[in-house]
Amino acid sequence: MARLGACLLPHPGPLPEEEGAAAHFRVLSATPLNATSFALLLDGALITAALSTVSVLLGFAIGALVCTAQLSRIRAVRAAGAVYVSFFRGVPLLVQLLLIYNLLPGIGVNVPGTVAALVGLTLCTAAYQAEILRGGFLAVPPGLVEAGQMVGLSPALILLRIRVPLALRLTLPSVVNEAVLILKASSLVSVVGIADLTRTAQNIASSTYRPIEAFAAAGALYLVLNAVLIGGGGLLGRRMRGAE
Amino acid sequence: MNSALLLDSLPAVAAGFGVTMLMWLPGLSLAALLGLTLALGRQYGGRAMDAVLALLLGAVRGTPFLVQLFLLYYGGPFIGLTLDPAEAGLLGLAIYGGAYFAEIMRGGFLAVPRGHVEAAVMAGLSPAQTLRRILLPEMALLILPAGVNMAVVLMKETAVLSIITVPELTMVITGIGSSTFAFTEAAFLLAVTYWVLTEATGAAGRAMERRIATVRLA
Repeated sequence: MARLGACLLPHPGPLPEEEGAAAHFRVLSATPLNATSFALLLDGALITAALSTVSVLLGFAIGALVCTAQLSRIRAVRAAGAVYVSFFRGVPLLVQLLLIYNLLPGIGVNVPGTVAALVGLTLCTAAYQAEILRGGFLAVPPGLVEAGQMVGLSPALILLRIRVPLALRLTLPSVVNEAVLILKASSLVSVVGIADLTRTAQNIASSTYRPIEAFAAAGALYLVLNAVLIGGGGLLGRRMRGAE
Repeated sequence: MNSALLLDSLPAVAAGFGVTMLMWLPGLSLAALLGLTLALGRQYGGRAMDAVLALLLGAVRGTPFLVQLFLLYYGGPFIGLTLDPAEAGLLGLAIYGGAYFAEIMRGGFLAVPRGHVEAAVMAGLSPAQTLRRILLPEMALLILPAGVNMAVVLMKETAVLSIITVPELTMVITGIGSSTFAFTEAAFLLAVTYWVLTEATGAAGRAMERRIATVRLA
């Protein structure tokens, strides 16, 4: 927990007023963001993209398990699924990350910071994706399942051929939305020392004393990553509809 | 964390809790107010304003809250906007939440049945009266579930304010963890506190939804 705040920049405070606009100009033009800064930001963006992609994919797998638990016939299993979803959706991700960071070494698991960050993001998005999937399964029209039964499909085939494909198609937009949220939320791993996009921007801001440019550039890169994600989701959605 | 330690730090925890509430509730109100203004601006401000606002709001919703906070807190002084951590936090929550509320409320306005608005016009209500008597109350009912969800989202975002040193719950409790070396216990206490808060908010929202379920809109 000591690591929280380790990455704080000194707050610049009010600029000296007597020097007025000239001082502003001098500070602002002291060290422009150069090609090196942009290369560093791109590296950070790659780390952010990799962390988010892996955690959303792993989170989908765990989310599917949690969703299965929530739809289980056994009461205790259902309750366990509900508690998981409630906890990981109810506690701020920053607090979850702090908890995992301090808990893992506490129980003798020493993993690199990146792995701990990945575990935190994955467990959190799994809860949201479980809830999304549950909604998708509940939204599959019962008539289609009954039609499957009438033509003699086994329960396994009904699951594989009717319920899962339909639920996936129904939930795709929400999953893309969740991926955007995780992409943004992954900025919190900067607090525990991962050199992601946000942390890189912080480093550049403190070394060049140009926070506006550094953070605006980081924000623009987040928007680009989002656009890629949403565009990819749209393509996938069209392909899924075309496959029918 | 043993009980004596907990008792010693109780005043500090209570103060942190107070700051969290002082960030959350005013932040939520400001966000809703800003969202309403922006939604009205998009609806009644003409095409150009709609396009500009859509672009700006998309940028706010597409970037991390933490980056926005850094931009405000560390970048602000360079454009003559020197904010202390609490001010930056409150403004940040208002802007971030406002961008989401704008979208929620715009959807709410569009979902108000046209017939109600036409009936108001036919009954001779002025546009301002129609807005105040018909559109606003019906929109408020329609967006209640989404609004409660935003309340929970913003409650959780207040934890992020600890990074720009707002002395709220997360900062206070992690501080206690650092000074007593009871990191894990502190993080647990923190997690459970937020869990209770967000669950209570959700439960209050569901109770409100049940109460207004008797109001028929369509």
